Amino acid sequence: MTVHFKQDKPDNSNRLDGMKQGVLGKPLPRIEGLAKVTGTAPYAAEYPVENCAEGVLVTATITRGKVTSIDRTSVLSMPGVIAVVDDEKLCTRAAQGTANEAPMQGPAQICYWGQPIALVIAETFEQARDAAKHLTVEYLEVDGAPLDPGAVDPEEQDDETVHQGDLANAMAEAAHSVDVTYTTKGHASAAMEPHSAIAQWDGNKLTVHASLQMLNYNIAELADALDMEEDNIRLISRFVGGGFGSKLGISEEVVAAALAATQIGRPVRVVQSRQQVFQTVMRRSETTQRLRLAADSNGKLTGFGHEALVSNLPGESFAEPVLQSSHFLYGGENRELMLKVARIHRMTAGSVRAPGEAVGMPALEGAMDVLAEKAGIDPVELRLRNIPEKNPEEDLPFSSHKLAECLKQGAEAFGWECGLRKPRQRREGEWWIGTGMASAARVHNIAEAKARVTLKSDGTALVETDMTDIGTGTYTILAQIAGEMLGLDPEQVLVELGDTRHPRGPGSGGSWGAASTGSAVYIACKAIREELAAKTGASEEELELREGKTATGETLTSLLDGKDLAREGHYEPGEIEDDYTASGFGAFFAEVRVNHYTGETRVDRMLGAFGFGRVLNAKTARSQCIGGITWSIGVALTEALEFDPRDGHLVNCDLAEYHVPVHRDVPDVEVVLVEERDGAASPIQAKGIGELGMCGGAAAIANAIYNACGARIYDYPMTPDRVLAAMPD
Amino acid sequence: MRPFQYIRAPSLSETSKLTAGEDALAIAGGTNLLDLMKLQVETPALLADINRLGFSEIEDTDDGGLRLGALATNTETAVHPRVRADYPVLARAILAGATQQLRNKATNGGNLCQRTRCFYFTNIDQPCNKREPGSGCGAIDGIAKLHAVLGTSDQCIATYPGDMAVALSALGAVVQISGDKGERSVPVRDFHLLPGDTPWIENVLEAGEIITGIILPAPVGGTQIYRKVRERSSYAFALVSVAAIIELTDGKFSRADLAFGGLAHKPWHDPRVEEVLLGQHPSDALIDKAADILLEDARGYGENDFKIPLTRRTLRAVLTQATEDAA
Repeated sequence: MTVHFKQDKPDNSNRLDGMKQGVLGKPLPRIEGLAKVTGTAPYAAEYPVENCAEGVLVTATITRGKVTSIDRTSVLSMPGVIAVVDDEKLCTRAAQGTANEAPMQGPAQICYWGQPIALVIAETFEQARDAAKHLTVEYLEVDGAPLDPGAVDPEEQDDETVHQGDLANAMAEAAHSVDVTYTTKGHASAAMEPHSAIAQWDGNKLTVHASLQMLNYNIAELADALDMEEDNIRLISRFVGGGFGSKLGISEEVVAAALAATQIGRPVRVVQSRQQVFQTVMRRSETTQRLRLAADSNGKLTGFGHEALVSNLPGESFAEPVLQSSHFLYGGENRELMLKVARIHRMTAGSVRAPGEAVGMPALEGAMDVLAEKAGIDPVELRLRNIPEKNPEEDLPFSSHKLAECLKQGAEAFGWECGLRKPRQRREGEWWIGTGMASAARVHNIAEAKARVTLKSDGTALVETDMTDIGTGTYTILAQIAGEMLGLDPEQVLVELGDTRHPRGPGSGGSWGAASTGSAVYIACKAIREELAAKTGASEEELELREGKTATGETLTSLLDGKDLAREGHYEPGEIEDDYTASGFGAFFAEVRVNHYTGETRVDRMLGAFGFGRVLNAKTARSQCIGGITWSIGVALTEALEFDPRDGHLVNCDLAEYHVPVHRDVPDVEVVLVEERDGAASPIQAKGIGELGMCGGAAAIANAIYNACGARIYDYPMTPDRVLAAMPD
Repeated sequence: MRPFQYIRAPSLSETSKLTAGEDALAIAGGTNLLDLMKLQVETPALLADINRLGFSEIEDTDDGGLRLGALATNTETAVHPRVRADYPVLARAILAGATQQLRNKATNGGNLCQRTRCFYFTNIDQPCNKREPGSGCGAIDGIAKLHAVLGTSDQCIATYPGDMAVALSALGAVVQISGDKGERSVPVRDFHLLPGDTPWIENVLEAGEIITGIILPAPVGGTQIYRKVRERSSYAFALVSVAAIIELTDGKFSRADLAFGGLAHKPWHDPRVEEVLLGQHPSDALIDKAADILLEDARGYGENDFKIPLTRRTLRAVLTQATEDAA
């Protein structure tokens, strides 16, 4: 039985706070943690499948043009080689998040260097890899593919454009104004587990083990690519070794494995190499961002301008949503916002770790620091003065707003010294020491979701949904929600995820998984509680469940009387989405040291204070925040995709040369969870966490670099060469 | 990966025979070679595993120096009490390289023979004169931030990526080599070669020759510094590195053994830099003069232009630290 709930109004009843089990929010360790660290949690490529052949993708060595011929005989006589697949259904790009349809297909048409064009299948992985490198391919190359985003005429994304009032005039009349241009380099998701899939047929039924974030969309994408019915496909993704956006949509190996299994009549596994993952899946676009801030003598914004240029391949709908939080974070009645996309022939740009704010906020919050200095106002105070009462563009109230609390609590916990700030005030030996701060903001996303909860006659519970756990703690929080509602220790709740046979939801991405699927679990549990309440003669509101018993001591097993009780919860966001602007907010504080001689920057300590609704598990929530802050350090200091200027290929395509922060780069990180109850966010009053922790943090570091050594830098990442170039003598 | 034959080399003389052919390579730790084989950059038909040949001892020499077996791991070397006490610049250089896991497996001989991390060298679908003579250099006019500014040629601007050899160069260590023609010794400073017109020849090893050990001279004391400048704190190759052994007598430089990493196809050693420092009082002007000499012929390729001023500044940092420590 399915219970449907469409949320049209805020729910401030705080029902979960009235439950008696007392497990929700507790810092429980991850349910699946032991299995993961002991190697018993199987990842996509690790399922033992009998008679499985191995496929390796062949990638293009030209930038633009077409494949004129593939000489199969060049590899078919090599040891172990079974076949070459160059089916026109092969995908040449990964699907964008929530695409719900096949990504670009037709491997003969080449749009970027490194694009998959074929698959070689062999008995062993090594044989397939060797043969893939030896396949003779002839091309017809089209010269002059545009590669430089600054050298083409970009397209305007009309739905992002805001012209409100007269910004030019506001800038001219402002007591203090800032007009600066920031750049950010491209980023890679850099998940540990490479993209991989095993496809096997049973009659006309296809089962695919893959590493994916959003199965409900992914099954539609795969069905569309293969021209099949969804009902004949089963996707399984029980454990995912990090996604960070790169597994939102299916990528090339999923379709290739399915087509190969069809062609040779055997199961086929395809694992992308680290280099292929870097070069064929998704990049975050580089950005160029102009920020204009006009303020009165009190530092109150009168004008706000944020214009960004990003890039993508022709035919891709995704444009890095740089301005996402800029639309509502600060006031200023005169506004100019614009997003443009340059069509170039680098690999596909798509969702990578907090698309939009991850790079938009570092630019905006850098510019705010410049304004604070010009206006002679403490940077925390400047932000406090500019928090709008309601969304400045859409006249909508905020569902909740914890920015001020985060700024104040964060400043207090960090030991922020308020007042006028001057750079180059503290030196220890070779090192300049300084502090900086920035606001955090990330839009709250939520989507329709279903989950089935079965209260077993033995008094345990089972939660089933196609939701994925990409390392965030989904298994654990769903057990905590069900445990809280049904009065069970979470150890009594079995959570089964990552299988399209379960009720479907939106999966993991855009930080929406916990709030969406968590709400579906909550709704299912509430329906079960209603049944149980009826058996006791009480109302659901009156029913108290704890440790498998009612308040009067009756056990769940006796109430169930030998029968399982199952309910499917179906959550749907309703009109509430149009009535409020919903966002997570926070504040970052950083202390860094900058070497006077070498320009090397090291972060000494960092603190983030975040308000994102109800905390479902204090440990996994905190871990996500630390992860976000870690990515902030990468954005600020090290991460940069480098593309060859002549053929556009991604040059630094492994984890040795694409520099994510290592342990030694991640200092003492402190997280302050600013709890709130946002009744408009979701039935369980939770919002997204995963991405908020990196939305602005890089600016706290950049602003600290300036405070430390006087180098005001407008280009991320702030590598030693850039720091030295900007540092005063 | 090309299919290959694996043979456990039974003896040194057999190793020479096995690896004399063009298609054969010796493998020790394999931390670099196996990666390159997976990328099809190296495609040996035969791998001779030399791990059981011995040469893994670290032992005193008659003249008070130390012999590092070629097959001793980087970790064993860096934590050896005599290395830590008498050659701290070497311990520091090793620990500045790679990661603990890699150092546990990597050997001293293999470390000297590691290949460049140039992006174009490791991508077989891009031009590289080192990997495929005559195909061109992708890095010149390409992405060259990590590339060389000293001793480059029109054929190649790759760097030697290691740290250990930079310290060995400052220490004036000697490489012991064995082959079918017998044994020979080559100073570390002469072991690696500049690219010139033959960038694929990276060191003096002939076919069939392997490194058996590294001889460190008797300890010289002094202030020993290894300074590695890099974007992240670990697991990153040097933008610039400096190995320095500095001594002051009566306030003047009496020892200034310096070698530089990240600048060239080999650990860079320029005797003129030491000459200008020796017998002089440390001063900003003197250090600048030393840097002028060091960087006289330096040439940037756009993206790596910053290495030239960065080297000057890093030298200043190292010599300032050394004089302060010595004072």
